[in-house]
Amino acid sequence: MYDFKELHEAGSVAEALRLTKEHPGALILAGGSDILIKLREGKLAGCELISIFGIDELRGICLEEDGTILIRPLTSFTAVSTHPVIRQHIPVLGEAVDQIGGPQIRNIGTIGGNICNGVTSADSASTLKAYDAMLEITSAEGTRVLPFAEFNLGPGKVDLRAGELLTGIRIPKESWERTYGHYIKYAMRRAMDIATLGCSVNVRLSADKKKIERLRMAFGVAAPIPVRAHTAESTAEGQPIDEALLTRISEAVIADITPRSSWRASKEFRLHLAKEIALRAVKAAVEKAGGSING
Amino acid sequence: MANKLITCTINGKKKEYFVDVRSSLMEMLRGSAGLDSVKHGCDVGECGACTVLIDGLPYNSCIYLAIWAEGKTILTLEGLSDVKGAISDIQQAFIDEGAVQCGFCTPGFIMSSIPIITSEHPYGREEIRKQIAGNLCRCTGYVKIVDAIEKTQKKRIRERQES
Ligand code: FES
Ligand code: FES
Repeated sequence: MYDFKELHEAGSVAEALRLTKEHPGALILAGGSDILIKLREGKLAGCELISIFGIDELRGICLEEDGTILIRPLTSFTAVSTHPVIRQHIPVLGEAVDQIGGPQIRNIGTIGGNICNGVTSADSASTLKAYDAMLEITSAEGTRVLPFAEFNLGPGKVDLRAGELLTGIRIPKESWERTYGHYIKYAMRRAMDIATLGCSVNVRLSADKKKIERLRMAFGVAAPIPVRAHTAESTAEGQPIDEALLTRISEAVIADITPRSSWRASKEFRLHLAKEIALRAVKAAVEKAGGSING
Repeated sequence: MANKLITCTINGKKKEYFVDVRSSLMEMLRGSAGLDSVKHGCDVGECGACTVLIDGLPYNSCIYLAIWAEGKTILTLEGLSDVKGAISDIQQAFIDEGAVQCGFCTPGFIMSSIPIITSEHPYGREEIRKQIAGNLCRCTGYVKIVDAIEKTQKKRIRERQES
């Protein structure tokens, strides 16, 4: 038995919004791979839950008319990584979430839960940050759209107010078209582990594939929240691709991140790792895009 | 605390249980349904001993609410034997390859292997390892488990080609 006090099941978004109004202190339960485990650890005893797991309208992925990729928040990691729209247009997102836990966790864990937890190690967060994802947040009063860049307020804290529900994650076409991405998760084990550091990059090359037209880079566990690496990005903009550029990008990363020491790794090791995996991820993304490092 | 009536299909049979909303699917399967192959291991989604298939996909039943099973189709190890109670090829392969020692992890591994052995895609050993990465075994060292799954998968592909 889980020791929560009460559980309310929502069958639709409207019902979930009504329940959040009626039970302001209740936690939203999506796939449960965070909350149910915390309950087992004796951390949330006596809490009230609103299960949104049964809301099928919050599942699925589609390409909207203007080319925006829409991911509904209850879509499981497995469904994200196997979906044709993701495989075709932003395969790096599928590759990132395919590195979470094991198959059982990827079947139950949801992409919305992953980002609403607000943890810096969320494997989907760095890729969604790097692709300028936009969040659709719904309440009884209506819908607001918030850039994912502004969503994380602090460790474990996100900009979801009482009575609000994440109902959509959108990646605009401008952001994903002609990009090639790569995600590197550094962890102690190959499966069932939390990232020591994660880095997601995507590049858009010039027509002759000799220059980086645009670089996007974001990190997990390199700061208290998932962060974009704007300095590294601007270092790359419009630059011819060579080893020296890769080195400059990886050096620039230091200005963008503020890693901490934890039992998993020291701050120094994380700084070293960040430079190294940024370099490798950019290199891999450039190669996927058909560019080569030395002419 | 509230109870709720849950209707679902377990191992091919329609079942109804009146469960406490706080119970996990594992508790419902082991308790109300009496299916002891669903092992109570870590209780936190780490070891995979409680793995069952829900609508064809593996889940840890210890971190799945029983009430979420409403309308779902669930398969446990008990559902693999035929009407006479004879065990399936994958179970036999685990025995033949020596992939069972204490046996506690075995039902979970076998349930995780079902999507592999029923797939058209021929899984390589690395791919098999990835598919069973959510299951822990303290005895065998995994090699024989991968052997058993690989062997059964190859056998089934052969059988499909012949028929
Ligand atoms: S008992 Fe469920 S994963 Fe260990
Ligand atoms: S056979 Fe003992 S845990 Fe696997």
